[in-house]
Parts: sequence; C-alpha cells; structure tokens
Amino acid sequence: MTEALEALVRTGRGGFDVDVPLTVAPGEVVALLGPNGAGKSTVLRTLAGLLPLQDGYIRLGASTWDEPPKAFIVAEQRPVGVVFQDYLLFAHMSALENVAFGPRARGVPRAKAREQALEWLTTVGLAEHAQSRPRTLSGGQAQRVALARALVTQPELLLLDEPLAALDASTRLRVRTELGRHLRAYPGRTLLVTHDPLDAMVLADRLVIIEAGRVVQAGVPTEVARRPRTDYVAQLVGLNLLRGNSSETSVSLVDGGELITAMPFSGPVHVAFPPSAVSLHVERPTGSPRNTWPVVVGGLEQHAHVVRVELVGTPSVLADITPAVVAELRLEAGTRLWAALKATEIQAYPAD
Amino acid sequence: MRRGRVRGRMPLVLVLPAVLGLAFLVVPLLGLLLRAPWATLPERLFSAEVGQALRLSVVCASLATVICLVLGIPLAWVLARGDVPGRGVLRALVTVPLVLPPVVGGVALLLVLGRRGVVGQWLDSWFGVSLPFTTAGVVVAEAFVAMPFLVISVEGALRAADPRFEEAAATLGASRWLTFRRVTLPSVAPGVVAGTVLCWARALGEFGATITFAGNFPGETTTMPLAVYLALESDPDAAIVLSVVLLAVSVTVLASLRDRWVGGS
Repeated sequence: MTEALEALVRTGRGGFDVDVPLTVAPGEVVALLGPNGAGKSTVLRTLAGLLPLQDGYIRLGASTWDEPPKAFIVAEQRPVGVVFQDYLLFAHMSALENVAFGPRARGVPRAKAREQALEWLTTVGLAEHAQSRPRTLSGGQAQRVALARALVTQPELLLLDEPLAALDASTRLRVRTELGRHLRAYPGRTLLVTHDPLDAMVLADRLVIIEAGRVVQAGVPTEVARRPRTDYVAQLVGLNLLRGNSSETSVSLVDGGELITAMPFSGPVHVAFPPSAVSLHVERPTGSPRNTWPVVVGGLEQHAHVVRVELVGTPSVLADITPAVVAELRLEAGTRLWAALKATEIQAYPAD
Repeated sequence: MRRGRVRGRMPLVLVLPAVLGLAFLVVPLLGLLLRAPWATLPERLFSAEVGQALRLSVVCASLATVICLVLGIPLAWVLARGDVPGRGVLRALVTVPLVLPPVVGGVALLLVLGRRGVVGQWLDSWFGVSLPFTTAGVVVAEAFVAMPFLVISVEGALRAADPRFEEAAATLGASRWLTFRRVTLPSVAPGVVAGTVLCWARALGEFGATITFAGNFPGETTTMPLAVYLALESDPDAAIVLSVVLLAVSVTVLASLRDRWVGGS
C-alpha cells in the first residue's frame, strides 16, 4: 500500500459533464466538496466502479481500474469500501451479517468471516449490537456498522458519500469525532464526498472543491479557509471575497471601489476578510489606517449570536454585528451608514 | 351532529346500484353455502371421487406453482433489471395469458405440445414424452395460465425495491448472482409470497386450458373445477361440496393477502 490512487474522471450525461483530476495518497483523507449537483457523487460512483468513465483513467499502482476503451474492472472486483449516504444496510440481516457479507462474498469461510465482522463491530464499539437488525439501530450506530462493513475487507480505497448527512445535529458532532479517529487509523486512501465544509475541514487532510463538474480550488483546509478563490468557497468558509488589481498596498476592485491592504502586491489579487472585521458607523470614522466607505443596508439576518448585515455600496460586503449594535443604530433596510475595515484584517493573495 | 352528515347524504343514484352490485356478488356465494348438504358434507368430502379430485388438484397446482417460481422469478428479474431491448413488448407478451380466454391457451398448447405439434413431435420422437391428456399436461396448462400472476407480482416488487442495495452489495464484492440470492430476493420476499399464493390459487381453479389440453380422465386429469362441472349433471350435491371447498380456498387466499389488498382504506 504505497502507491497513490491516480484518477482523471471524465464522464457526462445530458449536457452535464465532469472533468476532475484526483490523487489520493495512502493514509490521506481527501474531501471532495461542492454544492448539490456539482458532480461529487458521479466521481464517487466512477471510482467505486458503479459508473464507467467516458474518458480519462483510474489507476492504483500497476493496476488500471478504468481506462476507456482499454480496461474496466467491475465494482465487485475493485478493492474498494463504500459508506453510502443512507448507509444501505441490508434490512433482513443482523449487524453482524451485514459486516460479514463482504468477506463472505470474497470467499472467506463463514466462521472466519463472522469472526472478522465481530472484530470490526468491536472496533466501532457495537459488539453488543451484533445481533440487532439495522432498523433497531440509531443513526449513529447504523453509520458505524456501515463503516465497519466497508472497512472489514481491508480496501485500498475507502469512499464516504455524505457520511454524516443523515444524522441529527446533536449526534453529528460525536459521530464526526469518532469517524475522524477511525479514518486516522485506516492505512488506505480515503475520499470523502460532502457538501458540509465543517465535515471536510475536520476530517480531511486536503480539500478538492468542485463546482459544475470542474475543480475550482484544492489545498489543505487552513489554506482554503484563509484564501477562498470562488464565491462558493468564500461563502462556505464565511468570508467576504472581492477581486481586484493591486498596486503597492492599494487594490482597485473589479466591481468598483478601492481598498488599502497591509501587504504590498502588484497584479490581479483576491482580497478576503471576515464579516466580523467590518464595523458600522453613523458618521464617517477617523483615526487609525482603515478603509471607510458609504453603504446602504440591504437586509438583516439573524445568525446564532450575531446579525449578518448585507451592505450595498462600492464594494458591497457582508458584516456581522451584535444585536445590541443593531438596536443602537436602529438598523433596517435602507439605512445609510459608513462601513469601516482595518487594512490589517484583509488577506490579499494573487488571483492565480 | 354526526360528522358524516357534514357533506350531506350520499345520493340515491349511487347508493342503489352500489347495494345491488354488492348483492349480485355476494348472494350467489351465500346461496352456495345455504344449499350445501352440511349433514353429509364430511362423508362426501372423504369419498373416493372428491378425495381423488382434491388430491390431484392440490398436487398439480403445487407442481405448477413450483414451475412458475423456477421460471417466473428469473423472468421477473430480467423484466425489472435486465438491459434487454424492447422490455415493454416483453412485459406485454408475459401478460397475454392473463387476458387470453384459457380455452384458447389450451388450444395453443395442444398445437405446440401435441403429438404432432411444433415442439411436441420432438418430445415424442426423442424422449417418448407426450404431454396432452396426462397429469403432466394438467400441470403445464395450469402453469401457462398462472405464471403471469407470479411474474407481475414479483416484477412489481423488484421495481419498487431500491437498486442501490444491489450496488452496495457489488461494492462489497458480491457477484450479481450472489447479490440476487442474498440481497434482492429477501428484500422482495413479500412480493414473492403474494405472487406464489395468487399463482397457486389461479392454478387450483384452472378449468378452460386444462380441459382443452389435458382432457377429463378421473384420477388422472380431472381436477376439482372439472369435477364440479361433471358432477353438476350427475350428482349436484357433490358439485356443491366441491364448490364449497374451492370457495373456502379462495377466502383463505384472500385472508392471507389481507395486508396487501383488504384492510387499508
């Protein structure tokens, strides 16, 4: 288990096509992150062998899993484990039989298969539920059975399709932590498909973000979180993202307006800053080096403990302020204000 | 005020035909029960002729059902899951025996499997087997008529079953055959059971195709429905007893399927 999975997934259907290069090294967890309909599940299905490629390749070391028109290895012969979104546990079998199914299908004798299955159920902490039917298990327990079922055959590649999406918020946190522990112990390659940035950030070593069938950004989670490259990614990580041209510390923005940054640059740049860095004032603020510009309130939205304010101006941005400030400034749609943003709060980075 | 009154009375123009229709369906069956010679029923039930017809019917219907299961479940799977061209046409062909008058089915079987039939002549010259007017012929006729019931029931269940479970089995290393046996078939078991019961009941009541293809030889091809028809001339009380037995079987079948068809609203 030393080679990386190398894939160039090219397939399409009815005017929608996917073209995604992927590499997953042994022991690495790669998250494929994207909005609904971006093609995440399509990529997962091609890797599992449930959907053939139209072009490109999928290779693991010396063995080629799919390379039209030369090679195609069917799903049941690929060393792959899959945890499906709603787990797809076989309802007429006990948890133990579900986990033992893979080894049995691969020719392991019955007693040995059950022994392996029980070992894995013990690993995921469900030994006492071995004889339970899937419908009597909680969501979190079912997910762990599905994980055990996928891992018991010691696959080279583990595919997780939205593994936490079916869980309620309270169990999610605990199951996520536990899943992370199992993934770190797994020596193979893991591809995690999700639309939840938090799952991706916590569980993955590297993110690959796709929109409309194309990779729009890839990198380690901290990098992606700090320097989003598309509006979708910026929204995922909760940052304001603006594009512009930099000359020294001044960025003239593509959609109008100008911002002063702390770090000098030249050429096309992205600038990103958290909505909490934007402050609002009735009068134009003076003093420390900061950007100030006039804005009009477009809308207000309550987010947990802050209020997210949509500000229309040059540039238009989002600001997070406390409900106390909302009351003090008597904010409502149409209120005219001044926005202020410290230069040191702004991340500027080359656009390509 | 009762809740039923809120929407006004049910119009007579609907209620009257509805009551008449119900009576039309139920009264003949009640008549059968009223006229049954209850006093002598046990004795007649265990008489030689009735016992013979009953045994032959049950054996033939069960064998026909086994044939339907062995051939019908794979056929249903192909119709539901296979990548065969013209599936719609195939499905229509499978259901033809449902609407075909059974006597026409019997004639068709005679033409194909008769001693000089397209297939029958080879069966005769190669194996010395001749199906018409034998007990085996009864089984063939019943299977021909009853198989669509099983195929339709199982295919419906297969189409309603989530194919992603089969994909999950494939990713676990299961071949399509193993997947079929261990995952697909158990998940459609209720549909298979319902289809089997229907199929068996239909085979048990088969008349037209049986009398045309297998004839009417007591102890060999005279099943219950044939015996009822014959006895009506010579011994009406025997016909009633046989009818009551068949009615009891029908009611039992219906009761066993009640979760599917009866009940609910």
